Amino acid sequence: MAEVLLEAAGVVKRFAGVLALDGVSLQLGGGEVHGLVGENGAGKSTLIKILTGVHQPDEGEVRHLGRPVRFATPLEAQQAGISTIYQEINLVPLLSVARNLFLGHEPLNRLGLIDSARLHRQAREVLGRYGLDIDVTRELRTLGVGTQQMVAIVRALTTGEARVVIMDEPTSALEPREVDTLFRVVDQLRGEGVALLYVSHRLDELYRICQRITVLRDGRMVHTGPIAELPRLKLVATMLGRDLTDVRERGLTQLEGGHVAAAAPVLTAEHLTRLHVLDDVSLTVRPGEVVGLAGLLGAGRSETLRAIAGADPLDAGGVSVGGTRVRGGSTKAAIAAGIALLPEDRKAEGIIPNLSIRDNIVLAALPRLSRAGLVSDRRADELVATFMKRLQIKASGPDQKVGELSGGNQQKVLLARWLCMEPRVLLLDEPTRGIDVGAKAEVQALVDELAEQGLGVVLVSSDLEEVVEGADRVVVLRDGAVSGTVEGDDITEDRVLALLATEGGGRDG
Amino acid sequence: MAEATAGVGSGRRSLPAGWLQDYGVYVGLALLVLVNALFTPNFLSLTSARVQLIQVAPVLLVALGLALVIGTEGIDISVGSIMALAAAVIPLYLGYGFAVALAAALLVGALAGAFNGFLVAFVGVQPIVATLALLVGGRGLALVIANGQLKQVRNETLLALGNGDVLGIPVPILLTAVVALAVGFVVRRSTFGRQVVAIGGNRAAAALGGLPVRRVLLGVYVISGVLAALSGVVTTARLTASDPRAIGDLIELEAITAVVVGGTPLTGGRVRVLATVAGAILMQLIRAALIANNFPDSIARIVQAAIIVAAVLLQRRAS
Amino acid sequence: MSAVAVEVDTAGVARRERAAAFFQRNGALVVLVLVVVAGALAFPSFATGVNLRNIAVQVSFLALIALGMTFVIISGGIDLSVGSVYALGGVLAAWASQFGLLAALALPLAVCGAIGLLNGVLIARGRLAPFIVTLATLLGARGLLLALTDEGAETFLVRDQPAFTFLGQGSLLTLGVPVIIALLAYGLGWLGLNRTRFGQAVFAVGGSEDAAVLMGLPVTRVKVWVYVLSGLLAGLAGALNAARLSSGVTILGVGLELDAIAAVILGGTLLSGGAGSLLGTLTGVLLLGVIQNLINQVGTLNSNFQSVVSGLFLVVVVVVQAWLSRTQRR
Repeated sequence: MAEVLLEAAGVVKRFAGVLALDGVSLQLGGGEVHGLVGENGAGKSTLIKILTGVHQPDEGEVRHLGRPVRFATPLEAQQAGISTIYQEINLVPLLSVARNLFLGHEPLNRLGLIDSARLHRQAREVLGRYGLDIDVTRELRTLGVGTQQMVAIVRALTTGEARVVIMDEPTSALEPREVDTLFRVVDQLRGEGVALLYVSHRLDELYRICQRITVLRDGRMVHTGPIAELPRLKLVATMLGRDLTDVRERGLTQLEGGHVAAAAPVLTAEHLTRLHVLDDVSLTVRPGEVVGLAGLLGAGRSETLRAIAGADPLDAGGVSVGGTRVRGGSTKAAIAAGIALLPEDRKAEGIIPNLSIRDNIVLAALPRLSRAGLVSDRRADELVATFMKRLQIKASGPDQKVGELSGGNQQKVLLARWLCMEPRVLLLDEPTRGIDVGAKAEVQALVDELAEQGLGVVLVSSDLEEVVEGADRVVVLRDGAVSGTVEGDDITEDRVLALLATEGGGRDG
Repeated sequence: MAEATAGVGSGRRSLPAGWLQDYGVYVGLALLVLVNALFTPNFLSLTSARVQLIQVAPVLLVALGLALVIGTEGIDISVGSIMALAAAVIPLYLGYGFAVALAAALLVGALAGAFNGFLVAFVGVQPIVATLALLVGGRGLALVIANGQLKQVRNETLLALGNGDVLGIPVPILLTAVVALAVGFVVRRSTFGRQVVAIGGNRAAAALGGLPVRRVLLGVYVISGVLAALSGVVTTARLTASDPRAIGDLIELEAITAVVVGGTPLTGGRVRVLATVAGAILMQLIRAALIANNFPDSIARIVQAAIIVAAVLLQRRAS
Repeated sequence: MSAVAVEVDTAGVARRERAAAFFQRNGALVVLVLVVVAGALAFPSFATGVNLRNIAVQVSFLALIALGMTFVIISGGIDLSVGSVYALGGVLAAWASQFGLLAALALPLAVCGAIGLLNGVLIARGRLAPFIVTLATLLGARGLLLALTDEGAETFLVRDQPAFTFLGQGSLLTLGVPVIIALLAYGLGWLGLNRTRFGQAVFAVGGSEDAAVLMGLPVTRVKVWVYVLSGLLAGLAGALNAARLSSGVTILGVGLELDAIAAVILGGTLLSGGAGSLLGTLTGVLLLGVIQNLINQVGTLNSNFQSVVSGLFLVVVVVVQAWLSRTQRR
């Protein structure tokens, strides 16, 4: 390997007692593109933030040019020549391109005032150096996302003579043409001896530009080495934590699969299309059936569920429940039709942390529990008591604040919120993420039980095992489109992995 | 005052900062009554209590509506101008009788509130800007309606609303108590009340849960407008005159103070009715106590400012 | 969920956005020109040199306050204390004028700057909501004023201080001195906002605080300084007004913060922060002043129409702003 410019050595990081990084080591060499992959929650973002001074490691250290360093702020890291391109464009949308490029480092004239002419000239120059022709006087937000991303990258390169560049999913919003431009810049930088850390979940890109690759899982480094030595299928298996030979012997989930499904579908989603998000996704779910949605991060799994639940508008396509068309883009209409969604981000979109378990459970059912605008506390209490018992929600009582519960119990509260609506279709987005093993098994058993009672269930999980063992049918998504379906005995990790790892196609370019 | 409450907190370290946020206002109120009982002459008399409660009634009416708005993570700074509008329309309709005049005043309040609510819920204007427009324009409109003049009101029923007694209890106190109970009932028992705190607590979750977010937002601003108008009617009755120039001037500041001192977070998700009542009375008693003990108005204001900062700092630590 | 841009016909969008941006920036100016032209045609006494010069002097105090408010609002905050601070500045200047010109300026600037500093520190370091912090200092500054003036009973008069009263009453090149000071302040303010790193940081903090932090800008310092600036300018405006009135009037400035905020918003500055222009604010201030003057010209209309019209303008501006930002987002 070339000279190591930046390295993490045995870095441990905890957030509120939860281990986010567990002894991770990583070395970035000059003139090399180093890929960093892992599913959600694997610790990629935390690692980047430690390398760039946003967080401090609890144990272990960061070494810069061989010497241990402690960057207190992103600015310090930047001044040491380490620049970061974040997933979300961290520029100021209302300022012009030139101003964004030099914010905090504007060229000054003799009076100490910003030299506007020089600012614009230099802005054009640095953009030109990377083959970019952008009107530097335009407000940043009027440009396409890809162009904005380019400006962010050029900014990172020009402020403080970057020797190390960290890119966190830079292509997630880019068009194929823009991706090509980005890769040209990446190649140019590599040629200049810059060390690049490239975070992405797009396998094609990783194999296209990376020389080395590191895989994180659950805060641990599970693989590092030249990417040429890690075949595509093996990479996916490593990422998801599936040891291909070992997995057939064990079946860990409480999900059973193999439900007896009725003939007529309860949910029909047809041609769901939303520009750049979903591309003609169709699926059906029969009563008593668990349909798994598989796909890597960003494949459109959550987006499919949200579209069915009326939480996002659709450009084309529609949803029917029991043969009756549901008005699109309305959560209220979807709920009335019997669709229930457990959102992926439990904290931001699910629970209301400051309210009691009782209030959280009856939230959606309020209209049913009310007469003349008044809530019947008796009926609410009955309902809450029933579900707290049935789902075994562990709490001091129905008045405890939901924010104080464990993740598993919060998830059960959300499940209870929807079950008291007597739904016909249950959309579960990562129902067991971030909850402990015991609660996980309970939630999984519950999902099985609900399916047996005749609910149609759609299950999204990045835990491949959960999908494979729990689902009666697996629909695999890739780049917002259905890339394949496996059914019955064909549902094996190998088959699903193969569909996940398919090369080319889609909008990756 | 602030020292005394802090003492309670540090005396028992097991008490979390959240306890002080929740109950600090009652502790403060109790201490204030105690201190005043010892040092302020005639403080513990029935007459004195009546006077204080009558004086706090208009602010409290406004604060109760505002508590609902703040519960949704909003704010309504137009309440003073709505009071002026209500006061201005009363003399116009008093010729048709008290009931018509009252209905007209409340209707004006509802319309003003609907205007605010529409801008916030449907146009998507920030609450402070939306209600700023009415704050600026509302009082001017009231003065235009009243032709810039103070008008005496002589309707017996209306005057009784400000100065009458029912079973020995002054009508403004009775009315405010009824409104407080009603708002408390709405918050605790009604679907609407639950929706208000759910929307303030997590708007995304409320929307995903199928709640009628826009309608509820519209509703809270209408309620705030109606209560402000009611406060305007009561104040007019107290003054025995409709004075759109002075009525409700800066009352939004007093009302917001009452809500904040009561421990309701400006970030929404909670509506504390009893605490708001306590907060309003607390601020009123502080002012009264300082005046009774010959402290000037200036000190009263500085103390008020310090209490606001202390209250938000307390909330800051609790969260 | 990854943020994905919806690309539509870019040329059309660009055209529409340019038009939207034009109205956001220059809408108030267009309206101002129309109102002035209409006024000149309707009332012969409006477009006279004397009347226009009067308007200019009358609005110059609000202009200074709105200047500071523009910085605060662009940084994503709000300052409700300026009305009280303005009145306090006037009282302090009138009292201190007995010690000469320097004292009459230094004392109000020092005290009002300190109040701004208190606001800034509580907001930037204490992470408290600007609304509530400046609400408290609104009350506190008024309390301080009352304490200084025997509960408002005492009005300090400016005696035999020609140098100081010149600042409020004098004129240079036919323009009132307050007007010249205000114009100077806007010139410097424009340079500060558009031609210094501090000014760019103000935009960045208001536009995206997270981005500003990650870009390594001194966010806390920037926030503290905008409130100090706002306090200083409100104090200066108060002092100049004391010089004009030759006394420290205690009842001034109630609700003035609302006029200042209204002027800033009318000028096209977004209350959500990150964008705005001083030229717009100046236009907004002038618009408010001209409306008031015109309504005074119409003998039959009572002066209360002024706030009705201001309120209406405000509604139109915020609705149009909300609508524009929605079309831009789509």
